[in-house]
Amino acid sequence: MSREVMEYDVVIVGGGPSGLATAIKLKQLNKDINVCVLEKASEIGAHILSGNVFETRALDELIPNWKELNSPIKTKVTNEKFLFLGKKKYLSWPTWLLPKVQQNHKNYIISLANLCRWLAEQAEALGVEIFPGFPASEVLHNENGSVKGIATQDMGLDKEGNKKDSFEPGMELHAKVTVFAEGCRGHLGKQLIKKFNLDEGKDPQQYGIGFKEIWEINENKHEEGLVMHTAGWPLDNKTYGGSFIYHAENKQIYLGYVIGLDYKNPYLSPFDEFQRFKTHPAIKKIIEGGKRISYGARALIEGGLQSLPKMFMPGALLVGCDAGTLNMPKIKGSHTAMKSGIIAAETIFEHLRDKKDLSIYEDKFKNSWLYEELHAARNVKPSFNWGLILAIIFTGIDQILFKGKLPFTLRHKHSDHETLKPANEMPKIEYPKPDNVITFDKTSSVYLTGTNHAENQPVHLHLKNPELPIKYTLDKYDEPAQRYCPVGVYEIQLENNLPKFIINSQNCIHCKTCDIKEPSQNITWVTPEGGGGPKYGNM
Amino acid sequence: MKILVAVKRVIDYNVQVRVKEDGTGVVTENVKMSTNPPDDNAIEEAVKIKESGKAKEIVAITVGEDKAQETVRKALAVGADRGIHIKVDGTIEPLAVSKILQKIVDKEKPDLIFMGKQAIDDDCNQTGQMLAALLNWPQATFASKIEVKDKSLEVTREVDEGLETIEVNIPAIVTCDLRLNEPRYASLPNIMKAKKKPIEQINGSELGIDIKPRIEQIKVEEPPKRKAGIKVASVAELVQKLKNEAKVI
Repeated sequence: MSREVMEYDVVIVGGGPSGLATAIKLKQLNKDINVCVLEKASEIGAHILSGNVFETRALDELIPNWKELNSPIKTKVTNEKFLFLGKKKYLSWPTWLLPKVQQNHKNYIISLANLCRWLAEQAEALGVEIFPGFPASEVLHNENGSVKGIATQDMGLDKEGNKKDSFEPGMELHAKVTVFAEGCRGHLGKQLIKKFNLDEGKDPQQYGIGFKEIWEINENKHEEGLVMHTAGWPLDNKTYGGSFIYHAENKQIYLGYVIGLDYKNPYLSPFDEFQRFKTHPAIKKIIEGGKRISYGARALIEGGLQSLPKMFMPGALLVGCDAGTLNMPKIKGSHTAMKSGIIAAETIFEHLRDKKDLSIYEDKFKNSWLYEELHAARNVKPSFNWGLILAIIFTGIDQILFKGKLPFTLRHKHSDHETLKPANEMPKIEYPKPDNVITFDKTSSVYLTGTNHAENQPVHLHLKNPELPIKYTLDKYDEPAQRYCPVGVYEIQLENNLPKFIINSQNCIHCKTCDIKEPSQNITWVTPEGGGGPKYGNM
Repeated sequence: MKILVAVKRVIDYNVQVRVKEDGTGVVTENVKMSTNPPDDNAIEEAVKIKESGKAKEIVAITVGEDKAQETVRKALAVGADRGIHIKVDGTIEPLAVSKILQKIVDKEKPDLIFMGKQAIDDDCNQTGQMLAALLNWPQATFASKIEVKDKSLEVTREVDEGLETIEVNIPAIVTCDLRLNEPRYASLPNIMKAKKKPIEQINGSELGIDIKPRIEQIKVEEPPKRKAGIKVASVAELVQKLKNEAKVI
């Protein structure tokens, strides 16, 4: 069946910070370039989840007068703390002893979702067409292989893939340049990286899973503008991760935890580590008497420059974390994502005007502060392979003494799906039961994400081999999907005393962790019907 | 035939609604809003009737703040021809909405008025009935099936006892149940076309109607939390507990 076609100069897949920055910059350079942004969420911002302490550098370049435009960037960082947690005690680390990249006094505590909503308003005012509720499900290619555009998801199919009464076929959007801005582990970006060998000669990409809860806390415990990070407990010395607590406006705190997906023990449950973390006396005293009002999780990029794929290909560019521009030691990716979008827009502008090759994207990137930043940051994450203590010492030397200019580059050796050890070689972990005051189970948490997928539609989590979870992964790794999924999509249930692998795909919050961590890469995340997934507010 | 369809902007049905700390209402800031679900069924039914050739024009109307226009725009994207937005800020009760609709009906002279059976935010289930009274038109509420006859409608209603089929003369008001149909998705080209369809904006205060709230809201609070259940070892224990602790038998 032939689909309807629409033509644009530029189609951008994803309405996050990188995609919206690309759109805005394009319109600023030439308002006659017609630009379309597709977003899979029901509205811009509804799938955005981030800490977020925001560095304004890229926004200052993009919209210099943002302060006058009623932007949601309001809470300046006024105080900083860094704690090393032991099981009950903690050590407060003086912030002047932190590397400069981890100092935040010029930054703001924001909700990235709200920033994206505001950016979308700016983009629409410039004439960008934004379509929320339309996932790009397929890359279209010209005969010579170059990217021609994308197709949107068919809507109104039932579980078996038959057309329902409400069936609405997807449509093709063709563009002179297509920009992929899907964020970490974009499902089209992943295909393009493979098809065009964009990661050739690069280290395997590294990921983490980040959790976030928003709490409303007692006034006397709230210190608007306070940024606090922790390392250490409950994670052991060998597992990479840490927490953030940002005191935002309206007595809210943004409380979160990030764990590297290169963890080795299949019994580790990132969700339960996060819940357990909140029971530490230093943390519990902040949230006690408060109320949890939001929950969510999302995978993030940690690979840095070594793992950054080539960001251009015939007819298309990757921006933001669809490529992987997050600055890990800074724990920030929004300003770098936006900068990559700005550079992409400049590239496309010259490409359309002067027929310059899209490869100028790489030159522009290398001459930008973005490259400089990522280059200086490159050795921090891989040093954590040596364990927390050595890594901190090394990071001190690398970041404080040498400012990231050591004459060598540490490598990432493994993909995250290769790092799990067989279950019988690793200790089981007993997690405490949730108390439903400070700590919660997955069921009550998923409820807060507002996630939903129209019931009768094809499952959007594909198994390459449907037998594998029970016949191999359960035996060897005790099926870690039960634990790494932050909302309990995957379950092993007994049916007539036989284990059965259950996929509750309607609970999915589009974090992509399963697509990353499944040891045999057996799970592929594809786009569900538009508008599905979480309905995050100010995440 | 002309069909007027009333739509309302409400908190999205997937969102967990939170009560404001001071008990004055629920939090709507940073919350995803959507069209009231049975209003989507009302629009869908109107579009189906138009597609069958029995209606010529569909007008979508909403009452509310500026952003309420989004619901009209969505109705336009799935097949309404034009929109009306009555701009009103703050609380607006069903009686006021009915009076506003009455004014618009006087002007637009539709043959049918469709709307959802009730809104999922305040659950009033009153606007359709009140409007019918004000206009002195027949009404068919909780419709799960509508058949358009020559000068009447045959409507199947979802009632407590089961299904009830009634016939109402046109002009009539129908409030729609979720079982009425499966609303279609708006396609990209239709969303684009909808951006160009006209929405007439009328300021609520210019209609010369008293729309002041009649109800004084004293307090909004969350329902009490359910206590955790317990497991019993035997039927005897269950009976004993039901008798002595729960005191229900």
